[in-house]
Parts: sequence; C-alpha cells; structure tokens
Amino acid sequence: MLIFEQGQPGRRSMAEAPGGSSAPLDFPAHLMRRQLPRFPEVSELQVVRHYTNLSRKNFSIDTQFYPLGSCTMKYNPRGAHRAASLPGFLNRHPLMAETNSQGYLTCLFELQEILAEVTGMAGVSLTPMAGAQGEFAGIAMIRAYHQSRQDHGRTEILVPAAAHGTNPATAVMCGYTVREIPVKADGDVDLDALKLAVGPQTAGLMMTNPSTCGVFDRAIAEIAQTIHQAGGLLYYDGANLNAILGKVKPGAMGFDVLHLNLHKTFATPHGGGGPGAGPVAVASRLLPYLPTPIVMKSKDFYRWSTEHDFPHSIGRLSAFMGNAGVLLRAYYYARVLGRAGLLRVAEYATLNANYLMQRLVDLGFTLAYPTRRASHEFIISLSPQLKQYGVNAMDFAKRLLDYGFHAPTTYFPLLVPECWLIEPTETESLEQLELFVAALEGILKEAAEDATLLKTAPHTLPVRRLDDVKAARELDVKWSYGEEKTRST
Amino acid sequence: MTAIPRELKYAASHEWIRVEEDGTAYIGITEHAQAAMGDLVYVELPDVEHEFAAGEEAGVVESVKAASDIYSPVSGEVLAVNEALEDAPELINSDPYGDGWIFRIRLSDTEELNDLLTADEYEEQLAEEDH
Repeated sequence: MLIFEQGQPGRRSMAEAPGGSSAPLDFPAHLMRRQLPRFPEVSELQVVRHYTNLSRKNFSIDTQFYPLGSCTMKYNPRGAHRAASLPGFLNRHPLMAETNSQGYLTCLFELQEILAEVTGMAGVSLTPMAGAQGEFAGIAMIRAYHQSRQDHGRTEILVPAAAHGTNPATAVMCGYTVREIPVKADGDVDLDALKLAVGPQTAGLMMTNPSTCGVFDRAIAEIAQTIHQAGGLLYYDGANLNAILGKVKPGAMGFDVLHLNLHKTFATPHGGGGPGAGPVAVASRLLPYLPTPIVMKSKDFYRWSTEHDFPHSIGRLSAFMGNAGVLLRAYYYARVLGRAGLLRVAEYATLNANYLMQRLVDLGFTLAYPTRRASHEFIISLSPQLKQYGVNAMDFAKRLLDYGFHAPTTYFPLLVPECWLIEPTETESLEQLELFVAALEGILKEAAEDATLLKTAPHTLPVRRLDDVKAARELDVKWSYGEEKTRST
Repeated sequence: MTAIPRELKYAASHEWIRVEEDGTAYIGITEHAQAAMGDLVYVELPDVEHEFAAGEEAGVVESVKAASDIYSPVSGEVLAVNEALEDAPELINSDPYGDGWIFRIRLSDTEELNDLLTADEYEEQLAEEDH
C-alpha cells in the first residue's frame, strides 16, 4: 500500500513540522501557492512504520550475497563514505575559490594520477558523471582526433558481439555507424573477421577486455595492431577493470582511450543509489581533447584548468566538475588499499570467480566457455537443465531468491542461451561462496525431484512471480490523486 | 521440435521469407527466434517505401529478456508493415509464420534468394548452435 493510500484528510505530524523560519515576504503574489501541496496526510507513527517496513523488504548487499557483482552492486567500504562525509568536503560549494579548496583539489589531482597509473595512460579527466558519459567523451575524443587530422572518411566504429550494449549506443550517439565483429566459440574476437572489416572507414574499435563473456582476449596485441595499422583508435570499456587491476594496463594492451566505472572498480555507490562517475583516461595523442576542467598543479598550487590549457578540448560535460562525493570515495578507496591492495582486488576477484566456477562444474553445471579461465566473472548455461527438467534459467534464478541469495545476471550476454553471468566480486569470503554452492546443489536436486517448486518460485518473498510482459506493456508507475477508487489493490 | 516450414527460405540471423506469386515477399522471424526471445513486448517496424540492402537492419524486436535487431534477408522496397504488431507484438510468439509477419517487400534482386538457407540448412544451423 502506498503512503498516499494511508491516512486521512487533515492528519498532520506537527512535532516533525519544520519550525523557526518564516516564509520570505518579498515573493510576488502571482508566484505564491494558493493550495497546499498534495502530501500524504499521515501521522508520524504511520510514516515510521511505512518506511521501516519498506526498508525490511530491501534486498541489499548489506544483508545478502549479490552474485550480480560489480555490474550492479559491489560492496562499498564504510570508511570511504565516512571520509567523503567530512564537513569540509560536504559543505564545500562547487564554486568555492581555488585558494580555499586546496585540500579537495589535492585529492582530485592525486586521483587523476592514480587512475593514469592504473590504466597506463597519459592523462585523466574526472568530469564525466557516469560510465555512459565517459564512453561518450571517449568516442567524441576519437572523433576530434580524426577531424583535427582532416581525416574525414572514418565513419565506422567496430564493436565485438561480446561488447556491452552501451558501446554501440555510444558510437551512434557520436555520429558513427556500428559494425559488429563476431566472437568465436572460445569467447575471443574473431580476428579474421576483424581483419576483413577494417579499412580507411574505420574510426576505431570499442572493446571490453576481459569481455562480457568473462574471458581475457588473448589476441589483444594483434587486435590493437590491426586497428592501428588501419588508422583507427582503440577504445577500452573499463567495466571489467576489476579483473586486471594492477596486473595489466589497458595502455600496455594498445588502447588509446578508456573510461573507468568508479562505481564498479573503485567501490563508490551504484545501482540506482549513484550518482556515478565515469572518468576518462587517454594516451598522449588524445591529451589535447580531454573534457574539462582538469585539476592542474603549478608549483605547489592546485587549480582548475582553463580553456587556455586545453583549447582543443571536446568541452565540458557537467555544470561543475564531476560528482565530487563519488570521486572522493574512489580516492579514499585507492589510497586505503594502496598499490598492493589494488592488486589484491584483482587477484581475489579472479580467484573467487574461478573457485566458484570450479565448484559449479563439480555440481554438474555447464560452462559457456569450458576451455577458458574465468576473469572476474563466468557464464554457465542452464540449457541442459531446461532439456532435462523443463526448468529454465529464470526458474533457477527465482528459486535462488528463496534461499536468501540475489540472482546472478540472467539471459545476458545474449550470445549464450539460458545463461547466468556470475560475478562474486573480491569481497566475498570462502564461507559465503560455499553457502551459495550449497544453495545451488539444493536447487539442482529440487529440479530433478519437483520442478514445479522452481517454476512457481519464489515462495518466501513479499511478491511472487511477477508478470514481466504486463509490466512492460502496461507501465504503471505514477500515483494520481482522485483515482484511488479505480485502482485495484 | 521447432517448426521450420519447408516452403520458406531462411537467413542465418533467424528471419524467414515467403515469396508470393507476384514477386513480393513476406518477412518475419522464425519459431526458434521467438522462442529464444521469449514474450515480445515491442516491435519496431520499418518505414513503408524504405529501401533496404540485403542484411541491413530493418527493425527491432524487444522481449522481456532482450532486444534484437531484425535484418532484411533481401534487398528491396518495403511495401507494407504488419501494423497489428504495434498493439499485439505477441502475434509473433503465437503465430510467427502467419499473423506474426513483420513486413512485406518488393525484391529488387531475386538472385539473392539463392544466398539464403533452405529449411534443411536452417535446421542444420540450429542443431549446430545447440551443440
């Protein structure tokens, strides 16, 4: 029941009403409200109960294991939140003078340096407000690069089939046409197809490595060479950076530009709880085009860059300088972990994934890429279970909820039928992984003995199986006053 | 077993094409494709009179699980689109080879039909994909 549906006209919670300040008197009369806003009219206790009960329905990383991984919800250390919430940061106005912001600017400058070091790139801009905006900035820089060389015939961006869906969308947003490159059965890019596809029309290639298939493309050096020889540039989607942090740098793989999802790799809020941050990093030939402002250091003074520093910049991407609080959290995370700690992130992200992968193979699950070592995530296909028991990937996922686990990503990537994409992340303990394995063992047994139990799951949650089709076709997300009577509850 | 009508031709990207006596053709997606997609919730149809090259993106089908491009198996001009799908995309699920047709095209080069798969070849492809 919505809070609007509770309560009675005229009911108030006076004790919590804001007091002490009176309305400013100089508002023009025609701008003044004539009717009270339509707030729910409920008592204090009704409010407390309503939101407490809602919060108890929350399924969160603070309560349960999320094998969706960094894609949706990675654990964010409390200390990062505490640091970013220091009054000096929290109360700082974004337009405050540089002389009064040296501490804040130092943090951002050092974050730029850390990200450049981690990625093997020459320069970093922190301004993009999300991964998607970072991608846009990255491809816009590739475009600016070709244009500056009067190289106007490059109209095509190549995207492997295992790419994130945002990659082709970004290319189109930047005015390019997209050409898909197939992926081989072992998960690597089809190099022969790539070689046939490149040419004077190639502006660049967008790639995630490790890819969405959860494998590291072994031919990356040859891929980079192929693109560069054709005159194109390589864009690295940093979504899966967790797996290689401190191990291998995208710069060393031959990439020219990339974005980082700080919320995926540097433990900042995510999953609707954003805001996000998608810094971009570039090799030296793209430095002039970085989005501004960037924090510069002159002697011991930190300052924002001006248009004189970057006259060829693709421009600004946000009203201020990126999401300050998110960047501070990422900075804290990197500083607390240090060089050795960031390396351990990659090692544990990969170890956890490979351990879990082997345990699921032991149970009889089928890997999508059985010949490959997993990166920080791996894919199983439930096609055999569908054939044997008539139970599909969604049924398994729904039953998993009854066991107190969030479901992994289902039916993505699209290349693999009936798939689960599982990413435990580096923060889960061995004991937790074993509990997950035990749950899947239990569900597998249930599938053999009583498939209906899975097909009608979940059984223990506030809502049962939802009607996905109805939800997509008859979207109903707003509350309208005066329609209470017509709503079915 | 998934239905693969003998009289149709198929594209590797899971479209079917049915050539009429007047040289025009109906195009849709296969039984296998609709089953893999799951319940469809939206279909983006091509524009009438638009001219496609063979293999060009002609529209999009979107289900509760995924969105997938539809490719025109042949070159030609779009003569009509199945407007019923705008309100009832589920027709593709219930009758992929009949009421669930997506668009009708005037072929500009009938030779292209030879490049498409026969029912047997398409069945073989599905068996391989299933490995």
